[in-house]
Amino acid sequence: MSLTDILMQQLVNGLVLGSFYALVALGYTMIFGVIKLLNFAHGDVYMVGGFVGFGVLSAVGGTLGADWGGIAVAMFLSMIAMGCLGVVIERVAYHPMLAAPRLSILITALAVSLVLQNSVLTLTDGQITAFRTDLGFGGLEIGHVFITYNQMVLVGTAALLMIALETFVSRTQYGRAMRAVSIDKDMCRLMGIDVAKVIAITFFIGSALAAAAGTMAGAYYGSIWYFMGFLIGLKAFTAAVIGGIGSIPGAMAGGLILGLLEAFGTQIPGIGSEWKDVFSFSILILVLVFKPTGLFGKSETERM
Amino acid sequence: MSAQPDEGRTASDAELLLEVEAVEAAYGEIHALRGIDLAVRRGQIVTLLGANGAGKTTTLKTISGLVRALSGRIRLAGRDITGLKAHEIARLGLVHVPEGRHILRGLTVEENLELGAFTVRDAATRRRRLREVYEQFPILGERRGQDGSLLSGGEQQMLAIGRALMQEPQILLLDEPSMGLAPKLVTETMGIIRRLNEGGTTILLVEQNARLALQLADYGYVLENGEIRLENSAEALRADRSIVEAYMGSG
Ligand SMILES: Nc1ncnc2c1ncn2[C@@H]1O[C@H](COP(=O)(O)OP(=O)(O)OP(=O)(O)O)[C@@H](O)[C@H]1O
Ligand SMILES: [Mg+2]
Repeated sequence: MSLTDILMQQLVNGLVLGSFYALVALGYTMIFGVIKLLNFAHGDVYMVGGFVGFGVLSAVGGTLGADWGGIAVAMFLSMIAMGCLGVVIERVAYHPMLAAPRLSILITALAVSLVLQNSVLTLTDGQITAFRTDLGFGGLEIGHVFITYNQMVLVGTAALLMIALETFVSRTQYGRAMRAVSIDKDMCRLMGIDVAKVIAITFFIGSALAAAAGTMAGAYYGSIWYFMGFLIGLKAFTAAVIGGIGSIPGAMAGGLILGLLEAFGTQIPGIGSEWKDVFSFSILILVLVFKPTGLFGKSETERM
Repeated sequence: MSAQPDEGRTASDAELLLEVEAVEAAYGEIHALRGIDLAVRRGQIVTLLGANGAGKTTTLKTISGLVRALSGRIRLAGRDITGLKAHEIARLGLVHVPEGRHILRGLTVEENLELGAFTVRDAATRRRRLREVYEQFPILGERRGQDGSLLSGGEQQMLAIGRALMQEPQILLLDEPSMGLAPKLVTETMGIIRRLNEGGTTILLVEQNARLALQLADYGYVLENGEIRLENSAEALRADRSIVEAYMGSG
């Protein structure tokens, strides 16, 4: 394999990884937009989404098959379930804290994260659960680069979800309202916008996207466990910061950039894959130092 | 309320559109409104005057639901709206254009206007209103694709008013629409307010510039330390030397 082939192969790997990061980063950034909260529980919503997807697939896999058809159903139902969970989390945990000092709600988010993790820890005894599917290993060989059908479906699904989100945000009244709420809540109220409802919709969509990523990641990597949301939560946060927290295109770009950087980073001599996370968080630090507003961020964005 | 004063030159027996009775409001320890009574009849322009910190903005915010009334009653067209949420009140046709205009930055002029008509389900109605606003303020049509927060102060004021008109208000609450504008634009803004009123919109106007406000208004209230100190027809207030001295320095 030539260097170009290796780099092309890493490009594919980076896109897959980046798709997961982007889907999770979107929820992070949207929720930050509307209530200025770094929702540390977001990675755990991804994790629970993976478990719900697994549960649904176990139930329907027998009749629908555990290939992409069955996984699509599992993903869809998991998205709905996690969307609702997101709305409940906001109502129960965050809504009462909105007027409190910022630190209180941040701690609340940590508490929600612990509740979700420990619930699943208890249910699974902390064991890794095998996410069994009937996905094959077929694919296309382009030059010397091998792309599996699974990778294509996964990146394609992520792209479709992001296009749908972008359309919602730029074309619909509630999508515009979501942007408006992140700018000026009182003005929104004066225009007749039910701000609480917009916040609920934002949590629904953000959590549903995390659930989609969680289910696909479980199916793709073949295993899920209660702690799997932790690292991706931090990575998604990094991706959101790279793109400029609060910015939806920023989260998409930031996720892809981070995925690609990690994939290519592992090819640099001396940085093996075991250094991947160090590499990512070094990038986070560099962005925070040299361009704290991120690629798409505006300078007036509030900072924690 | 004080003794029955002269009710102004128009609409003296028109329907009471907005009634505020003994309303109190506070920000924590700060007792900003200590019992406000005021009334606006359909078709009138009523102005609310007072020094900085008197409670003018708080009065408007309490009426539009952004600030909760601690006690008292607020009625719109006879319906009790005290305690309703701000977005519910806005949907009843009471539209508040806040101090400082609050154009949504990062959104285009047209997106700002369309959000004004957020509550209008029918897209055709939204388009019709948008067309009407562009007819009334051609400059907004020319700038429709531009970030609304990058307009000049005067243009932003037109956008703020245009956005309010997208809601087809029964009554407009305007908080210092002339703030920060060059004298020529102040006159233009006052002209716009007069035109709106002639078109049938009832207006409650807060102004620092008492002289201008009293030229437009039918009736006026003077606020002091969260209380109505006096009220009268605009004509009578214009003739009152003490008002002229206290509040018209800037005019
Ligand atoms: N958000 C707030 N928090 C605390 N106190 C406030 C707040 N807003 C206003 N106040 C206080 O309430 C009182 C009334 O303020 P308000 O803004 O209603 O006055 P105003 O008549 O509109 O003044 P101006 O002419 O300067 O706009 C003032 O003492 C002010 O300091
Ligand atoms: Mg004020």
